[in-house]
Amino acid sequence: MKLADIVCLDAIVAQLASGERDKVIEELLLSLGKHKKTQGVDPKTLARAVIKRENEASTGIGKGVAVPHVKHEAITKPVAVVGCSQEGIDFSSLDKQPVYTVFLLLSPLSNPDKHLQAMETIFKNLQKDDFRRFLRQAQNRQEIIEAIRDADEDGN
Amino acid sequence: MTRPTHEIEVEIRNPEGLHMRPAMQFVDLANTFNSDISVSHRDVTVDAKSIMQMTMLAATCGSRLRIHAVGADAGRAIEALQQLVENKFAGGSGAAVGEKKGS
Repeated sequence: MKLADIVCLDAIVAQLASGERDKVIEELLLSLGKHKKTQGVDPKTLARAVIKRENEASTGIGKGVAVPHVKHEAITKPVAVVGCSQEGIDFSSLDKQPVYTVFLLLSPLSNPDKHLQAMETIFKNLQKDDFRRFLRQAQNRQEIIEAIRDADEDGN
Repeated sequence: MTRPTHEIEVEIRNPEGLHMRPAMQFVDLANTFNSDISVSHRDVTVDAKSIMQMTMLAATCGSRLRIHAVGADAGRAIEALQQLVENKFAGGSGAAVGEKKGS
């Protein structure tokens, strides 16, 4: 699976308006909604579900990245949106450091394997120091798209 | 001097697979031991103490994982991790909120 198969490139938010976790989550889902990628579900409903999941256990896994996600019955195909923040967001991360790159993922409730495959693709790439650095340095959507395409071509 | 090495194969049996929360429980538990611990799934081997690497395994329900530990407490580590997987990650922090437990 490639990142470009999961990430809605048009919905990428290169400069998140807010530095607050919950607002960031809402901003990303509204952007997905604007591009008709929430598969018929109200973005605010999804935002509440993602925040609820996030409150149970942080997806801020360290190294400046967070992967908030939720499984929803109306979602048929995993879809992700990427947001970047220059100032950093407090995600209650494991390493207590701010988050600069957010990968928000929506997955089908009825197909946990698809969710795991999408997570694998996202983490395989977030593992790469270069990919994280390019995302963090990206100034606009085009640069983020290029980083994603490079990572996909790189294969591993 | 060789350090004690222990290894075991376990099967992921919770329907959701090794998604993020069970992976975190696994990493948290692995980190309570001094041994070097790795986990292999098919041809991928990762550090059991890194959440980023563990989530990369995409271990679905039915996947077989090989846990490998090297160090003075390797035996205890393998035993504890095996138990966590076999108990389907029940009883850990944040487990099964609003989810049905496997029967």
